[in-house]
Amino acid sequence: MGGKRPIRVLIAKPGLDGHDRGARVVARGLRDAGMEVIYTGIRQTPDRIAQAALQEDVDVVGLSSLSGAHGHLFTRVVTALRERGLDRVLVVAGGIIPGEDHGSLREAGIEAVFTPGATIREIVAFIAERVGRESGE
Amino acid sequence: MDDALCQAKRAWEEGELAKTLARAGEGKEQYQTASGLTLERLCTPLDLPGFSYVDELGFPGQFPFTRGIQPTMYRGRTWTMRQYAGFGSAEETNRRFRYLLEQGQTGLSVAFDLPTQVGYDSDHSLAEGEVGKVGVAIDSVDDMAALFEGIPLDKVSTSMTINAPALVVLAMYVAVAERQGVPAAKLSGTVQNDILKEYVARGTYIFPPRPSMRLVTDVFHYCSENLPEWNTISISGYHMREAGSTAVQEVAFTLANGIAYVDAARQAGLDVDSFGPRLSFFFNAHSDFFEEVAKFRAARRLWAKIMRDRFGARNPRSWMLRFHTQTAGSTLTAQQPDNNVVRVTLQALAAVLGGTQSLHTNSRDEALALPTEDSVRIALRTQQILALESGVADSIDPLGGSYLVESLTRKVEQEALAYLERIDALGGAVAAIERGFPQDEIHRSAYRAQIELERGERKVVGVNCFRTAGDEGGGEDLLRVDPAVERRQRERLAALRRERDGQAVAEALAVLGRVARDPGAGLFGPVLAAVRHRATLGEVCGVLRDVFGEFEPPSDV
Repeated sequence: MGGKRPIRVLIAKPGLDGHDRGARVVARGLRDAGMEVIYTGIRQTPDRIAQAALQEDVDVVGLSSLSGAHGHLFTRVVTALRERGLDRVLVVAGGIIPGEDHGSLREAGIEAVFTPGATIREIVAFIAERVGRESGE
Repeated sequence: MDDALCQAKRAWEEGELAKTLARAGEGKEQYQTASGLTLERLCTPLDLPGFSYVDELGFPGQFPFTRGIQPTMYRGRTWTMRQYAGFGSAEETNRRFRYLLEQGQTGLSVAFDLPTQVGYDSDHSLAEGEVGKVGVAIDSVDDMAALFEGIPLDKVSTSMTINAPALVVLAMYVAVAERQGVPAAKLSGTVQNDILKEYVARGTYIFPPRPSMRLVTDVFHYCSENLPEWNTISISGYHMREAGSTAVQEVAFTLANGIAYVDAARQAGLDVDSFGPRLSFFFNAHSDFFEEVAKFRAARRLWAKIMRDRFGARNPRSWMLRFHTQTAGSTLTAQQPDNNVVRVTLQALAAVLGGTQSLHTNSRDEALALPTEDSVRIALRTQQILALESGVADSIDPLGGSYLVESLTRKVEQEALAYLERIDALGGAVAAIERGFPQDEIHRSAYRAQIELERGERKVVGVNCFRTAGDEGGGEDLLRVDPAVERRQRERLAALRRERDGQAVAEALAVLGRVARDPGAGLFGPVLAAVRHRATLGEVCGVLRDVFGEFEPPSDV
């Protein structure tokens, strides 16, 4: 095991959007890549997501929204994480997110935005590189 | 004759075919449909053993309706072109509706925002950021009146994608019709009202399954007496397919839910022929062309048998599976988005050759955002070109009799029947959903499709082959919902609460609470009374939440 624990990831669906095919596929893909993944289920508030991230001691939070509410909700999740002192948690996102919003999301602390067509492979590679640990070690 | 055919086929296989295969192989070892059904190199009458034209196909408008539900199909009336639309405020959506009607659309289809779909008013804390985003925000009968301003409700048919609060929203529609002077009996349209697939795939549930089934059957009951032209439910495979199901699973889980609704209505004391003719369906049109055509035909044949033989329906209209189709949103790509116009055309063609009654064609930019007016127009024009230029609608069920399509129709039917037996063994669709059976099956199929895509076994042009640099679409041409909509909607609500007769609202809601506690009582009347007094959607659903409780999804993954 090399003394290192696997990368822990929380996949979360903030807001009222019920489309979670992408969130589930990514959750399962990351798990198959050796990460430990918790999926919150749909309809989570930013506070509940941040609380779960704290309790589960995760390295990464992956947010998904297809409803167009990403600007409001993702920013709120980052704020809620920071309020709990989770400054080092990597936050990434996916869903139906127009390119022109990616810049403002990055400024808000979302470090990558994966849109339709993104592969599990590239998401795994990004997380592994950023968290600085080989997954599944 | 079959002996001669067998011999001829063997001679061909051992002769020309073998020689060609020896020189050059084929692209793949095995060919399958997108759903994993095995595809033969060539289909012949040998692939349809025991085929009986009269029993399996019959004639259009006759049991088992494999070839279509109307004797003249599109010669008598073309399919309804019905684009799903809604965003921002009621006024903005009303403008989009009028635009679509001017462009030749023949029916309306309302998209509601998520707070409306889960029964929260626009000023609820959980509505923050979601108001007007995926559809129009409707809080009260006043919003509903603004949505249909200048659109006479006795002249259009309206489909409303609303499920958990379907009864409440339909009551608002009836109340708006009253304001227009249109009697309920003249209203035609559809409420989706299909709660079971919300638990499986779409996620806009509110109440637990059993009280939700009471709301569903209450709509059946009220409409059978008051809205005879209304489709009381649209039993939907669309969203399960979008969530990742195969074509076979789409048919099986949709019809399983249909069986559960018929069972529930019969348990509530309704005669199957009193509501059977008003049940309607909603399917997805995906890209695997022949499989999709076969899917629609198989679904029609299966439902006819279920209604006649399982439920003893006697009215032929109860046997007919009438359906709406939407092209597959999940097949649209963000890369090279103009290619989506071609995907949509193929999918729409499959729906038409499958005998759909109405059709929504997706817009090319929907992997990026809600569609712009230009994109929606191209999508609508796609249907008009199919209907008026291609000739595909001029002869009924033109793929009927194709050895391939008939054998695929049989395969979809047989595999769907096997699922229906498994679901019956689990105690029916409601029990199966509570155990997560269809959910698990769909999640597995979705993951398998993604793995196949990443391995390159499943090709998507522009995504895992034929990519071009800088091909991500979007940017300045996307539709943006005005962020001020949320604030304006809150202000409107505040004004409504000040101006209306608060006493009358409180009394109407108290009556509703009492009625809801009596499991045998009808809810439509008291809800209609409350919304006439301008009780809000959130207030009505709040009363029902107090009585029925809320659904907690089983934890998983």
